[in-house]
Amino acid sequence: MDLDVLFLSRFQFALTIMFHYLFPPLSIGLGLIMAITEGMFIKTKNREYEVMARFWTKIFAVVFAMGVATGIVMEFEFGTNWATYSRYVGDVFGSPLAAEGIFAFFLESGFLAVLVFGWDRVSPRMHFFSTIMVALGSMFSAVWIVVANSWQQTPAGYHIVGEGMAARAEITDFWAMVLNPSSVDRLVHTLIGAFILGAFFVMSIMAWYILHRRHVKLAQQSFTIALVVGTLASLAALLSGHEQANTVSVTQPAKLAAFEGHFKSGPGDMYLFGIPDEEKELVRFGIAIPGGLSFLLHNDFSTPVTGLDQFAPEDRPPVQIPFQSYHIMIALGMFFIGITLYASFLRWRGKLFEKRWLMWVFVVAIIGPYLANQAGWVAAEVGRQPWIVYGLLRTSDALSKAVSAEEVLASIILFTIIYLFLLAVWLYVMNDKIKHGPDESPLAIAEGGKGSLLDTMASLADHGGPSMTGMHDEKEGN
Amino acid sequence: MDLNFFWFAILGILLTGYAILDGFDLGVGIMHLFVKDDTERRLLMNSIGPLWDGNEVWLVTFGGAMFAAFPHAYATAFSGFYLPFMLLLFALIFRAVSMEFRSKQEMRWWRQMWDVSFTAASTLATFLFGVAVGNVMIGLPIGADMEFQGSVLDLLGPFPLLVGAFAVATFAMHGTIYLYLKTEGDLQNRIHRWMWSTFGVFLVLYIFVTMASLVLLPSAVTNFREIPWAWVVVVLNVLAIANIPRAIYLGKPGYAFISSGATIAALTFLFGFALFPNLIVSSLDPAWNLTIYTAASSQKTLGIMRWFAIIGMPFVLSYTVAIYWIFRGKTRLGKFSY
Ligand code: HDD
Ligand code: HEM
Ligand code: HEM
Repeated sequence: MDLDVLFLSRFQFALTIMFHYLFPPLSIGLGLIMAITEGMFIKTKNREYEVMARFWTKIFAVVFAMGVATGIVMEFEFGTNWATYSRYVGDVFGSPLAAEGIFAFFLESGFLAVLVFGWDRVSPRMHFFSTIMVALGSMFSAVWIVVANSWQQTPAGYHIVGEGMAARAEITDFWAMVLNPSSVDRLVHTLIGAFILGAFFVMSIMAWYILHRRHVKLAQQSFTIALVVGTLASLAALLSGHEQANTVSVTQPAKLAAFEGHFKSGPGDMYLFGIPDEEKELVRFGIAIPGGLSFLLHNDFSTPVTGLDQFAPEDRPPVQIPFQSYHIMIALGMFFIGITLYASFLRWRGKLFEKRWLMWVFVVAIIGPYLANQAGWVAAEVGRQPWIVYGLLRTSDALSKAVSAEEVLASIILFTIIYLFLLAVWLYVMNDKIKHGPDESPLAIAEGGKGSLLDTMASLADHGGPSMTGMHDEKEGN
Repeated sequence: MDLNFFWFAILGILLTGYAILDGFDLGVGIMHLFVKDDTERRLLMNSIGPLWDGNEVWLVTFGGAMFAAFPHAYATAFSGFYLPFMLLLFALIFRAVSMEFRSKQEMRWWRQMWDVSFTAASTLATFLFGVAVGNVMIGLPIGADMEFQGSVLDLLGPFPLLVGAFAVATFAMHGTIYLYLKTEGDLQNRIHRWMWSTFGVFLVLYIFVTMASLVLLPSAVTNFREIPWAWVVVVLNVLAIANIPRAIYLGKPGYAFISSGATIAALTFLFGFALFPNLIVSSLDPAWNLTIYTAASSQKTLGIMRWFAIIGMPFVLSYTVAIYWIFRGKTRLGKFSY
């Protein structure tokens, strides 16, 4: 592919949004678990829950900061790289984005301050309230941004004014725009994906503690909370995903055909895996349930499903990427259901935490929800091509005219360097915090403090102790 | 009230809120390297710790509101300023993570690295804001198709660079006064001296920028001819500036802070006033200016969005007030600090 502005801008958008999307779903998922944990503390007055709630707050702060830093890029990238698109959709699309700022980000950032810095400034109830507000705020941001994205998947409530290059979409019905055919389904599915991620994140850390016999009681408690969330959310993902596939078959049949490598109209098969060959229009090395797709959509194995042959070649999405990412997501979804149900069963029988191999599986399983979330978006977004606004505006027509390929390339190089660096730092800091663990000792000085730090300890102790989000909190009464 | 004007005013309010609020935390960032001691640096960061994110949301909301209300201006400005804007984004990224990461490790090089990145990013971001404002004041090479036709170099003229430097000086002063309010003891004494020096630099650049604007931008005065009462703001602005050294001298730093906030508000107002009804001035042909009418969304959208503003703004103001109230008083390091 040429290094033209189009390719580069798409690449840049994919890079920056996929990087951004490493953090928000974790904030959303962890926010939920944090709120549950603190709620248990308020209800039971059990100190263990408080210790965990504080631990999650620290982790949350680091995740959140990265979400904010990378989100600002997204807010302006429509203007910098997709100026023509911005002119075209601004009337419709801008309002959800503005709403996100006014209704969600202010809420989140305000209460986050209380959440992180306010433990000793406000009452426990007020603190709990702030936690709930932050958790809700992060879900609200998902609401508006997914609404905006869903509108470009399934536009509704608008009309087109102007001709040719001056054409643009204007709102005719605000609620029809917000509640366009895909937004509710997709919002639900996206949030569920975030809950799964949050749950697996918590289970991964807790399993690691259990394996290393640290904080065992706390870890088992938190693991159980996360397991409940994870099991319910995994089951819900399947239901809501099925619902979505039904919607997509009506609103974006070309996308669904790409998901399933369904080249010729007729009864549709459902592949477990395979390698679509776009030139020969067939799927190689595939294993499929014959008629499975038809059955899924119509409860009947032979009802025809629209294939890619119904679309002019220039209107067809690429097949390989959507096909693979869609199948990865579903395979992982099935894996989550299997493993969480099995673990729930063991937990019920009281045997879960003895199964060391299973604990190891949970330690690494955190990669799964990350992959599934990214894969889901890639499937949805690449499957929407070649349209940026489905059926209305082509991605190739949506670029900024004032921006050159060199400029975009320069910014991509910088983004890549900066993001890799930040990712490394972030992983390092997170790893450090997790290794350090929750602070169980209310008064005591160190459990496992590191020798080399002794010197610094003395000086730090003078000014009221080191930081909440700092790593060496073992040294102070928390 | 005409909806287009209403949205112009809202953008003005968002920009003013941003400049006043994020202004002081950017200023704290600019001054950060001037304190040398680790504890003192932590104090500086923690003085803005709970506040900076909320402050930055004013910018994010400004961006969203501009996208929604004036999509053409959003598209033209951000694609036109492509490279400077990317630099601005990088600066904002580094600012955010510097604060979050700095105190997470003890190593000297680690803290040093984030300290430098914090100051560099805060200074660069402020400077670029100034450059952008300067460019919007003198106008950009915008064609009939509303697209920017110049190159990056066109954005780096002497006047925009001067405004950039002025922005740095203004925020440095604003941030220093804020720090004076939040610190105690020896550190506070040193900051007291810095209030004078940053004010001095600010004043010199203020005079330069004012003269340059009068010489280079005769058109900026047109609106004053039509709406003479706006001179009141100019006078108030001068009074606010004069009040800064007076309040510092009298030992009333709170008033000094209010005055520097008022100065920033007045400057933002004058910027908007001189621009009105344009959003982006074309230096090629005035007929190609993007105005609050030609760049706007439909009346319907502006009307819907007005409800967002009416419902949302009271919430925003109440969170802001509540957070500033909860975190009032001197900054002390505790177990919850950075
Ligand atoms: C509100 C709008 C919006 C939202 C919430 C998202 N996207 Fe998107 N995405 C776009 C708006 C968009 C876009 C601006 O419309 C792009 C740019 C080029 C294109 O075709 O669509 C796009 C492209 C795009 C591409 C490149 C597709 C291609 O060019 O072939 C990828 C891989 C993603 N996005 C991934 C994501 C992920 C991982 C998201 C999860 C957070 C996400 N998008 C949310
Ligand atoms: C292209 C689309 C997107 C844009 C323009 C965008 C914009 C932003 C911005 C500007 C911020 C920082 C706000 C602040 O300063 O506090 C942010 C953070 C956030 N975004 Fe995004 N975002 C996008 C995609 C998404 C998606 C798809 C989701 C969720 C499904 C999401 C959820 C969040 C959340 C929860 C935060 C808070 C920070 C965090 O929790 O990590 N965003 N986003
Ligand atoms: C288990 C079976 C699942 C099915 C049948 C399913 C189905 C779907 C479908 C059809 C779409 C495309 C929707 C569109 O383009 O409009 C989608 C998107 C997506 N999926 Fe799944 N999914 C499943 C599991 C999961 C899991 C486990 C996760 C994450 C942990 C996940 C995360 C996502 C995300 C983030 C998107 C993109 C956002 C959206 O379009 O809603 N999915 N899924």
